Amino acid sequence: MKFIDEYRDSTATKRYAQEIARITTRPWTLMEVCGGQTHAIIKFGIDELLPKKIELIHGPGCPVCVTPVEIIDKALEIASRPEVIFCSFGDMLRVPGSQTDLLAVKARGGDVRIVYSPLDAVKLAEANPQRQVVFFAVGFETTAPATAMTVYQASQKGLKNFSLLVSHVLVPPAIEAVLGSEGCRVQAFLAAGHVCAVMGYEEYFPIAARYRVPIVVTGFEPLDILQGVLMCIEQLEIGRAEVQNQYSRSVRQSGNRPARELMARVFQVVPRKWRGVGEIPMSGLGLRHEYDGFDAEHRFGVAEIRVEESSECRSGLVLQGKIKPHECPAFGTRCTPEHPLGATMVSSEGACAAYYRYRRSPKPVTS
Amino acid sequence: MESAAQFTLSCPFPIQDYPQILMAHGGGGRLMHQLLDNMFLPAFSGSTLPSPHDASVFQAGNTRLAMTTDSYVVRPMCFPGGNLGSLAVHGTVNDLAMAGARPLYLSAGFIIEEGLRMETLWQIVSSMREAANAAGVSIITGDTKVVDKGKGDGLFINTTGVGIVEHPLSISPQSVQAGDAVLVSGDVGRHGMAIMAVREGLAFESTIESDSASLVLPVLDLLRQGLEIHCMRDLTRGGLTSVLNEIADASQLGISVEEKHIPVRGDVRAACEILGLDPLQVACEGRFAVFLPQSQIEAALEILRRHQVSAGATHIGKVTQPSPAPRVTLRSVIGAQRILDMPSGEQLPRIC
Repeated sequence: MKFIDEYRDSTATKRYAQEIARITTRPWTLMEVCGGQTHAIIKFGIDELLPKKIELIHGPGCPVCVTPVEIIDKALEIASRPEVIFCSFGDMLRVPGSQTDLLAVKARGGDVRIVYSPLDAVKLAEANPQRQVVFFAVGFETTAPATAMTVYQASQKGLKNFSLLVSHVLVPPAIEAVLGSEGCRVQAFLAAGHVCAVMGYEEYFPIAARYRVPIVVTGFEPLDILQGVLMCIEQLEIGRAEVQNQYSRSVRQSGNRPARELMARVFQVVPRKWRGVGEIPMSGLGLRHEYDGFDAEHRFGVAEIRVEESSECRSGLVLQGKIKPHECPAFGTRCTPEHPLGATMVSSEGACAAYYRYRRSPKPVTS
Repeated sequence: MESAAQFTLSCPFPIQDYPQILMAHGGGGRLMHQLLDNMFLPAFSGSTLPSPHDASVFQAGNTRLAMTTDSYVVRPMCFPGGNLGSLAVHGTVNDLAMAGARPLYLSAGFIIEEGLRMETLWQIVSSMREAANAAGVSIITGDTKVVDKGKGDGLFINTTGVGIVEHPLSISPQSVQAGDAVLVSGDVGRHGMAIMAVREGLAFESTIESDSASLVLPVLDLLRQGLEIHCMRDLTRGGLTSVLNEIADASQLGISVEEKHIPVRGDVRAACEILGLDPLQVACEGRFAVFLPQSQIEAALEILRRHQVSAGATHIGKVTQPSPAPRVTLRSVIGAQRILDMPSGEQLPRIC
């Protein structure tokens, strides 16, 4: 398949791996920020191709995983109401709240629907004027522009039966939170290519300078990731800390201007809780006050719901790269995809799900 | 095994785990297998051990017969490459074929929702007849029920099939041996993506049509040519991944497959990449996996490729030594090994 197979070519991947091994003289620890990259690394076995001196640790970039349990409980409360059509991206449905998940609400008769585009929720609101349509707006800067477009369109159309439960989060504050945390071992970052396709990468210059870390904007295919690793190691080996763009076929320095403008019109930067991590200042997007009318938390009176997180789930440590999934005592025993303690075990981008699905044990599988 | 009278009345499922049936209990993944293993098999194990797999083979006088049943509830009723009627025939004759039986007769039960358009019903019934003719089976008995508007979903069809086993082989996961080759009869994942594209209104550049088809001819051909088939399984819900895990679990053997040899059509791969789905877990309705000795790979492929429905047959891997779970591994396109795990439930499209 064009634009996929070229980036999964086994000869080229081996050449990159050899070059990385050739230039690596010391141990280095890199973090891939995005859960999509984590899954590609484990699914294709990219880490097995790297020299043992290089450790990849998995970052917080899975929007499903970092959505706090409190927001999930709010979603469950809203989705249970008979007048509501609750629209969500597919992989939020299995994420456990404090008691249950959206799939179970659906089984009990809740009208929970998977949408592929947030704009489908607006269409549903138009087609069902007697129902309340709520869109569960989750995701990083990747999905935020489409959410912003729903608000813009719904507002233009004067829709009164459409609202959003917003839990958008931002990548750069999460990177800073990782770097500022006690015992942080990360020496370089593979930044998430699709986030930068929207936002560009100017935000990373001050972070790279302040913390002296190379940050390489990286794609999601095996060759992208290996090239991203190579660019990080090249910088580390000669003591540089710059922002570079590996994913130049999709990313420009200033990103996608119309998308950013729309986001800025609809959202403001707010503090946000991250599951397992706690509140990170200025790390989320919330609706601007002029769009308060679209805020489902107020419309359905769930703003005050407060929930404590499971004490057994250690996904916070996984999300900060402090432990690997299999180092959690509950991994694969009390926590499985059927009975998850945390979202990292069920999200298609969750690190625990990747390890459970593709690897199970700390050592790579042998034939 | 307990008799029916001794069968415990308490529910074998810990109620706190799943107080209600979820869609995933019918998804062909781990939850469905739990339902079979914990509820249906213990409940229905009487004098004859029921087969949890495609069809049960049993002795009637001097004849070995195979029997299977399946219910078809797919939405939409008509999709590119078939409809509910052709599917209801293909699915059941394929289950018989997988037991190595030549399908003879089918029953057809219709549960029709009040208000279904007569023209739609006729289209579906006509497709059933065509599919039955092509597979060489007769539909000899049936049943019709009409339910109130809102109490059904247009039309549900159940078909039960009986076939005759005309060879001495024991075709089952227990016959699979370490060293056996694993073949697949064609490209995987097309039926599931065809249905999803129509159901969810996803428009791709080209129309993905279902692979729904009868597998009877290539299977009977393999048997007639005297190939030593150890096991066959059609790839339905849960796709290739589910089948490989079922066979590995039942035989306690390992299976390793090569990702680069597993055929997936470009449009199916593209749709799966966009939605974040794994084509190896997506349903097929006209594909099967065959387990047989390495020495017969070429002969089997030559026979399979004579038939249009299995023209894309390929050798994808081998059975390895007994192994603790997880037993199925895949060598990725870049050469690394990973687990190919049983899907947990329905695949859900990802966020980004």
